Amino acid sequence: MTEDVESFRLRARAWIRANLRPLEPHEILAPTLALPVQTEEEEHAALARERELQRMIFDAGLAGIGFPREYGGQGLTTDHQRAFNAEIVGYEYPARLQAPSFSPCGAVLLDFGTEEQKRRHIPAILKGEEIWMQLLSEPSGGSDVAAALTSAVRDGDDWILNGSKVWTTGASTADWGLCLARTNWDVPKHRGLTVFILPIHQPGIEVHRIEMLNGSTEFCQEFLTDVRVPDSDRIGDVDGGWTVGTRWMFHERMLFNSPFVSIPVGTSPGEVGADSIVNVARDTGRFDDRCVRDLLGEAHMLELVGQTLRRRIGRGVAAGRISEQSAAITRLFAGVSSARKATIAFEIAGPAGAAWTADDGAAANCGDDFLMRQTSCIGGGTTEMARNVISERVLGMPRERTPDRDRPFRDVPRSASNRA
Amino acid sequence: MLLELSSDQEIFRDTTARFLTSRVPISEVRSLRNHPAGFDPDYWREGAELGWTSLLVSEEHGGGSVSGGGLVDLTTIAHEFGVHAAPGPLVPTNVVAGTLSTFGGEAHRPVLESLLAGTSVAAWCFGPAVDTDGRGPAGPRCRIADGEVVLDGVQRPVEAAGQAHHILVTARAEGGLTQILVPTDTAGVSIEPMRTADLTRRFAAVTFDGVRLPVEALVGELGDADELLEYQLQLAVVIGNAEAVGALQTAFDMTLQWAFDRYSFGRPLASYQELKHRFADQKTWLEACHAVNDAAAAAVDDRSPDAKELVSAAKAFIGDYGSELVQDCVQIHGGIGVTFEHDLHLYLRRVTVNRALYGTPADHRQRISTVLENRKERA
Ligand SMILES: Cc1cc2nc3c(=O)[nH]c(=O)nc-3n(C[C@H](O)[C@H](O)[C@H](O)COP(=O)(O)OP(=O)(O)OC[C@H]3O[C@@H](n4cnc5c(N)ncnc54)[C@H](O)[C@@H]3O)c2cc1C
Repeated sequence: MTEDVESFRLRARAWIRANLRPLEPHEILAPTLALPVQTEEEEHAALARERELQRMIFDAGLAGIGFPREYGGQGLTTDHQRAFNAEIVGYEYPARLQAPSFSPCGAVLLDFGTEEQKRRHIPAILKGEEIWMQLLSEPSGGSDVAAALTSAVRDGDDWILNGSKVWTTGASTADWGLCLARTNWDVPKHRGLTVFILPIHQPGIEVHRIEMLNGSTEFCQEFLTDVRVPDSDRIGDVDGGWTVGTRWMFHERMLFNSPFVSIPVGTSPGEVGADSIVNVARDTGRFDDRCVRDLLGEAHMLELVGQTLRRRIGRGVAAGRISEQSAAITRLFAGVSSARKATIAFEIAGPAGAAWTADDGAAANCGDDFLMRQTSCIGGGTTEMARNVISERVLGMPRERTPDRDRPFRDVPRSASNRA
Repeated sequence: MLLELSSDQEIFRDTTARFLTSRVPISEVRSLRNHPAGFDPDYWREGAELGWTSLLVSEEHGGGSVSGGGLVDLTTIAHEFGVHAAPGPLVPTNVVAGTLSTFGGEAHRPVLESLLAGTSVAAWCFGPAVDTDGRGPAGPRCRIADGEVVLDGVQRPVEAAGQAHHILVTARAEGGLTQILVPTDTAGVSIEPMRTADLTRRFAAVTFDGVRLPVEALVGELGDADELLEYQLQLAVVIGNAEAVGALQTAFDMTLQWAFDRYSFGRPLASYQELKHRFADQKTWLEACHAVNDAAAAAVDDRSPDAKELVSAAKAFIGDYGSELVQDCVQIHGGIGVTFEHDLHLYLRRVTVNRALYGTPADHRQRISTVLENRKERA
């Protein structure tokens, strides 16, 4: 019998309080957009701790809430995940292991993996043994996902991959990657793709860190040279990668509403939360300023609306009342409102937004967060792409002209300087 | 509105939808522009028979809801009011009926019965406005003299005051805010019609000049209306929002259809990416408006601790983003969008007037801020 949401909540609560460390105020209060710049040793230590925490959560029977039991999960629902997300607020938890490992990567494995692939990898993900990342974007253009140039050529029982992926979050510390590659150049772009899984750290893959404008080095570019992938590590059909890719992007857009991912309520990785904006107001002594109160109200409003919108869309999709493409609605809202909140925090910080010291409390870093503002509208697919999906797939408006649709991908123009 | 209505709720909603379609088609709504009351008493009485005024009233007093959540059920009716740009004092009558059922005394019972039957309507003197900084409008004052309540002052704008038999007035007394149910024919009450941006609703300035009433006219305790008012405000905001969301839904649907039908430069408007992206924004805002007001309605029904902030978030969001949405609908219609002949303005009016009632978006953002501040202090 399925555990009901309330008893699950109480079980999770009891375990969390008994086993996890409550966060220090500064750990909760600090705006989270600018990931603290860490040395490699610090990064590895933090990650090791997160793996350990994930193992504890797994052993407690609280990991992989939405994953089926036969793969080590709990076989529960989005409502159970939501209850967990509410209980974990204010406690240490393995944030970096959630996305993209659990979803989209784990979710895609669940949807398309062979029985063997699922049994091998999903429990390992849930135990914190495997960290996954997405080898999706390429230097030639991330929005046009189906235009991947990284190629995979069949060689006996193996495939040989060559190419480059970019903007990969956390590749330098991850174990496995989900990779979209081109297996057929003589058909239109959507029909010549295949998805593979591969270990990141192996000969033939060079991982380079890319510094972001706030100094963070979690971004990476990978160069793949003659990387061998056994056919048993293919996900889905040969040349059927777009079917997998569409689902992949659906999971990505549903991230904050996923039955697979633990995200403390009111926070999302890479976002200035309304709570931290309240602290900016307090730490700058501007709580009584009418303008500031207006802005604080706006930030909190956006957060409440975002939460209720995610719930509506999540329920609607789950119940089959609205199309899965509607996930783009939450993606668009999250991107725009997150950017707006970064602006609000920056506005309230006043001159501390220009120059700050550690004494400025929550107001420190607001300037850096503002510089990084647009990440929320780019990562996970841009807000422009979300708008295209909403207008074309949800509202049924005419598709943009795409001269590449019916042409063998080999003949498609790829840049102004390199027209085919 | 709720994506998943129960079949009972669906039947209930649909009954009102069909009634409004036949009784107040758009041509009728237009003609109400010159109607002194803005609605016909028979129309309101028949609506009351469909349950428009009973959802916030306890069963013991002759009311009762469909799902057990009276406000949630009422939002389905209010939504249809918005969809049809329908007339009628839905907000004030329900606020007053709900209040009298929960807090009213024996003396108020006949009034409650007539509201339930739809044979009379009530006005609600909301005030002293959403007071965010203690500088709200003075509003009426009351005192007890010779065993009677004495009321003086002005309140405006009061919806349906000119059509109401009773007005629930909020006044400042020595001990604090007080509520009094005032029959509109009492000596000293004068009601001056105001102009409004809405075609079907009527607003008035109400003056109380030495109005004297027996103490039984008090609703709740003297000087102790703060909580009551907060509850009324939450009801009014959620019902008004649901109307606004219904109006937004219709405006959006009309505009989307228009974008497919209208051609420029040999292609439909719907094929231009610039407009497609605006529709995507509109769709996102619209879904968000539905989502947040549904959550607010459920929170008020459940007396949930986050009801206040959700209600204000809904009012602030729908007020701002809803107004932008419907104005953008006007923009995408081009010239025809600003004509009286076209229907779009009927929805624009509803959303616009509702934005300004019961606290502006800025007022409600400040209220949220106060909630946050109190939470911080308690933490
Ligand atoms: C924080 C962060 C984390 C990320 N993590 C990962 C990761 O882990 N793995 C991974 O694979 N990728 C990752 N990405 C990459 C991200 O998915 C891409 O940056 C994104 O899809 C956009 O691609 P691009 O950068 O190549 O921009 P482009 O595709 O070159 O787009 C440039 C601009 O043109 C607009 N545009 C493009 N096409 C259209 C169109 N048809 N209509 C209208 N406008 C259009 C875009 O919206 C954008 O504004 C991450 C990005 C960020 C910012």
